[in-house]
Amino acid sequence: MKQFNNLTMRKYLIPFNLYLFTFTFYFLSLSFSAFSQDFPERPSPPKLVNDFFGILDANQNSTLETTLYNFNKETSTQITVVIVKSLNGYEKSEFAYTLGEKWGVGQKGQNNGIVVLVKPKTAEEKGEAFIAAGYGLEGAVPDATAKNIVENEMIPSFKQNDYYTGIANAVNTLMSITKGEFTAKDYDKKGSNSTIIIIIIIVIIFIIIAVKNKKGGSSGAGHIGTGGMFIGGMGSGGGWSNFSSGGGSFGGFGGGSFGGGGAGGSW
Amino acid sequence: MKKSLIVIGVIIIIVLFMVFSSIGTYNSMVSKSEGVTGMWAQVENVYQRRADLIPNLVATVKGYAEHEKETLTGVVEARSKATSVNIDANNLNAETFQKFQQAQDGLSSALSRLMMVVEKYPDLKANQNFLELQAQLEGTENRISVERKKFNEAAQDYNTYIKKFPKNMWASMFGFEPKEYFKAIEGADKAPKVEF
Repeated sequence: MKQFNNLTMRKYLIPFNLYLFTFTFYFLSLSFSAFSQDFPERPSPPKLVNDFFGILDANQNSTLETTLYNFNKETSTQITVVIVKSLNGYEKSEFAYTLGEKWGVGQKGQNNGIVVLVKPKTAEEKGEAFIAAGYGLEGAVPDATAKNIVENEMIPSFKQNDYYTGIANAVNTLMSITKGEFTAKDYDKKGSNSTIIIIIIIVIIFIIIAVKNKKGGSSGAGHIGTGGMFIGGMGSGGGWSNFSSGGGSFGGFGGGSFGGGGAGGSW
Repeated sequence: MKKSLIVIGVIIIIVLFMVFSSIGTYNSMVSKSEGVTGMWAQVENVYQRRADLIPNLVATVKGYAEHEKETLTGVVEARSKATSVNIDANNLNAETFQKFQQAQDGLSSALSRLMMVVEKYPDLKANQNFLELQAQLEGTENRISVERKKFNEAAQDYNTYIKKFPKNMWASMFGFEPKEYFKAIEGADKAPKVEF
């Protein structure tokens, strides 16, 4: 009898645990999605021009994308254009920084990213624009300059409903003032640092394999085989695809950080 | 004889395990605490940046709005009060933290009063120098809110880490105290609006 009781207890217990688990999981995913609904997800495949409003035509979109892609390739500075339908109740400044930080615009360590945020004017709401500069570009794009770009190059075109010209002008100015700040060489230098680390790791792995070989005797050949495979896998899976992707599509954001530099305006 | 050897062995293993886990915990507590200290330096930086802007701003406004002496003196006084409160990052207790926040919030509200008064002077609002200062002030307020948020996140991360069992035992043994947060300013939790 006691045994039986125990068994039935267990029967009930397991599903209960499962319930608990699914509940926590459900709430976790709920709170997570609440945040990601406010801010668009990082684009996949990665893109520098993200028109969630659909105000640019295909031609304008790809022209801007190519310009920004080439600039990123040349200088490692990442300028992204984001056009949204709504700021979801956030201040335009806060929206731009949070998005830049979330997507990781700019290279890690250099923090050379810029978010050009545009919320087109609609019948109900005024239009808003903001240029957010990463930590590394606060010197090249001072707040007053960012304000000038928004007020003098973007908003006049936006008022005439010509979003492409306003954005293209702003992007051109931003590219010309940030051109000298960073070069792809700086970035490559950092890259070579990590290559050295990888080489050291590979050497260590080989030493371990060699030591094991001495100890293990005849079973050594198999070990070398796995070692070689491991290295092969590392080469193709590594995170350095950013610059080797030469084919013309953007490799992804680099993990830059934002500290509140930049300015915006509304119309 | 054999039994006691096993017992001693088990005790040694437990002690070693505790020592190693405490070393790991101690080291992460140190690095998390240093992270908070670093964030605090950033917070002080951006507040200093705002303080540095003010003399220029006051001088510019003075030229156009002589009748607003009271508001201007208010800003200057609040600034000197704010810059006199400096806290060492290792001395971030509730009292000093509150003092710092009060002084800075006082300056924030004095500044927002000044920016409201300025509305009455169209000549000033057209002045190029003033426009630039205004953009810089706006950017500085943005930086302050970003760095405050980042500081709070770092402090929260550290606090959760040291309060969890069993790390809380090590934390109290090694003297790791929880850190303070920034609280929203009453009535104006966003930066003073300087939009025109």
